[in-house]
Amino acid sequence: MFQAVVRTVVPEAEELDPAAWDDLEGLVSESLRDRPPELLRGLRLFLRLVEWAPLFRFGRRFTRLDRDRRARFLAGLQTSRSDLLRVGFWGLRTLALLGYYGREPAAESIGYRPDPRGWEARG
Amino acid sequence: MRERAYDIVIVGSGAGGGTVAQELAPLCRDGVRIAVLERGPRLREDEFSGREIEMAQALYEDGGGFLTADRSMTLAMGIGYGGSTTVYTGTSIIAPQRVIRGWNVPGLEPEEIERRSRKFMDQNNVHLLEEALINENNQLFVRGCRRLGYDVQQFPVNVKGCRGASLCNLGCPNQAKQGTDRVQLPRAEQAGVEVVTRCEALRLEERAVIARVTARPDGGKGEPASWEPGDYRIRAKIVVACAGAVNSPALLLRSRLPVSLARLGHGFTCHPALILVGQHERPITNFVGHPKSYFLDQFAESDGFILETCMYFPFTTAKSLSGFGAAHSTFMKAFSRLQMILVLACDHTDPHNRVTVDRRGRPVVHYGFTPAVKSALAHGTLTAARIFFAAGAQRVHVPAATTPLVERRDAERLEGIVDERLFRPGSVTVSAAHLQGGCGMGLGPQDSVTDAFGRVHGLPWLFVADASLFPDSVEINPYLTIMALADRAAERIRRDAGELLN
Repeated sequence: MFQAVVRTVVPEAEELDPAAWDDLEGLVSESLRDRPPELLRGLRLFLRLVEWAPLFRFGRRFTRLDRDRRARFLAGLQTSRSDLLRVGFWGLRTLALLGYYGREPAAESIGYRPDPRGWEARG
Repeated sequence: MRERAYDIVIVGSGAGGGTVAQELAPLCRDGVRIAVLERGPRLREDEFSGREIEMAQALYEDGGGFLTADRSMTLAMGIGYGGSTTVYTGTSIIAPQRVIRGWNVPGLEPEEIERRSRKFMDQNNVHLLEEALINENNQLFVRGCRRLGYDVQQFPVNVKGCRGASLCNLGCPNQAKQGTDRVQLPRAEQAGVEVVTRCEALRLEERAVIARVTARPDGGKGEPASWEPGDYRIRAKIVVACAGAVNSPALLLRSRLPVSLARLGHGFTCHPALILVGQHERPITNFVGHPKSYFLDQFAESDGFILETCMYFPFTTAKSLSGFGAAHSTFMKAFSRLQMILVLACDHTDPHNRVTVDRRGRPVVHYGFTPAVKSALAHGTLTAARIFFAAGAQRVHVPAATTPLVERRDAERLEGIVDERLFRPGSVTVSAAHLQGGCGMGLGPQDSVTDAFGRVHGLPWLFVADASLFPDSVEINPYLTIMALADRAAERIRRDAGELLN
């Protein structure tokens, strides 16, 4: 389910192999490790809502939707009038971006290659 | 519960705690026992990897993503030996005279803040970086500002041997930044002050701190605590709370103090900030070189915002851009061509914005964007967008706009593009790192938590010496002012030591 969200938020995630997904999910788990239990409960509930709510609009669960409909559904959450839905999506999107861009290969793929040697490394 | 006894216990080791530790350290010569309790770890020099998520988890509370109560903003709070001074960019500005006068704290004059700030500018090697070390991300900001006739200024920074790794906010891998972890704490330790890391102050009792020492987690960074893991009752004749603008008020709120402090937790401000991104046609030097070399404060008084150069890491950048999907990815793929500007609102105290604790004693920050803050962020965004285009950017990402991507051809039609209604929970990523207030200084318990020297009203043994003392926002990067106030509090403690320690 979370993978389907990540693939919609960052289309390049379609290219990830199982080891890369392990890294991504490991980063997300680590970042949630010490968070308050109520936040984690809320997140789990929101994931369920994202999975089942499209049934009413598209007649299918989120994970059964094509990419375009997934994106339309998430865009609806993003601009929703409800604070709860917007904030929930903001949190989910943040975790998806953390997992994807927090990995070194993703950072390198966008040209981000920091070096502790700074200017010296530039030659 | 284990027992320990000291004469002075300092809670926190950042700009406030590190300064107090250094300034009180001479007392150790007379046999005074001083301990600093730091919740986070002390990292070895080779543990500063520069990896974004790993370092954020190690050096920030909640990995830098501490959420306000309504989830509208994240707060960055440094933890570990040196506190937030390990993760700031070292920008060193003396508080404006009008701000200190506006605080209206009896006996606190701007000249005194300036004198004390200059003392730490000298100690911490504050200077202007030479031009050759300024990267294009910063140069473009200067160019854009000058083309528009703005009065752009260079930040003095407290670095020594900066190699331009551009990783300041993840802890400098070259230990170039001269925070309290490099200057004040080592001096204090040399003079006999004991620093206990992985030691969290749970609550205060009459002349005592109840604290918990935790073991290093498996695979975690940093040295193990010097004390055995477990709970401690640490007796002290003087306690100085320097845990920052969220955790100092929370510590006092958790404690059953025998006084009524109606203002405790109130007066919280934080300079809410937006990261703006402009895309250039060609790659620029952006993630090499000091990330924050220039600022623009000419609109602070009139429009309530400051602009600063900045350069963030992939996840932080991705989070700051609105939207998702292909358009979002396209901007991220242009990373080497991105210029960044930070828009900070000079917020002011508001009755609704404050720190409380939940039933488990954890801090809760209530913060809502006032109309003035929304307006400041909107005006700051517009000004930043103009600077990007004046510097030659092809397109600019405006997070608080219905259509965030603004092309160069639309640069003349920027007015009205920012939709202030989008400054609501879940729409725009707003974050803050300049956390202030909560234990404000003042005249008496009706208007404040402490006196003008940081002494808590009605409790001669309890002091506060950190950004929580600020009665209102300082409207600049706060660390030098924190050090100046901590220096002032330490001076008062030294003066009264004979009475307080007997």
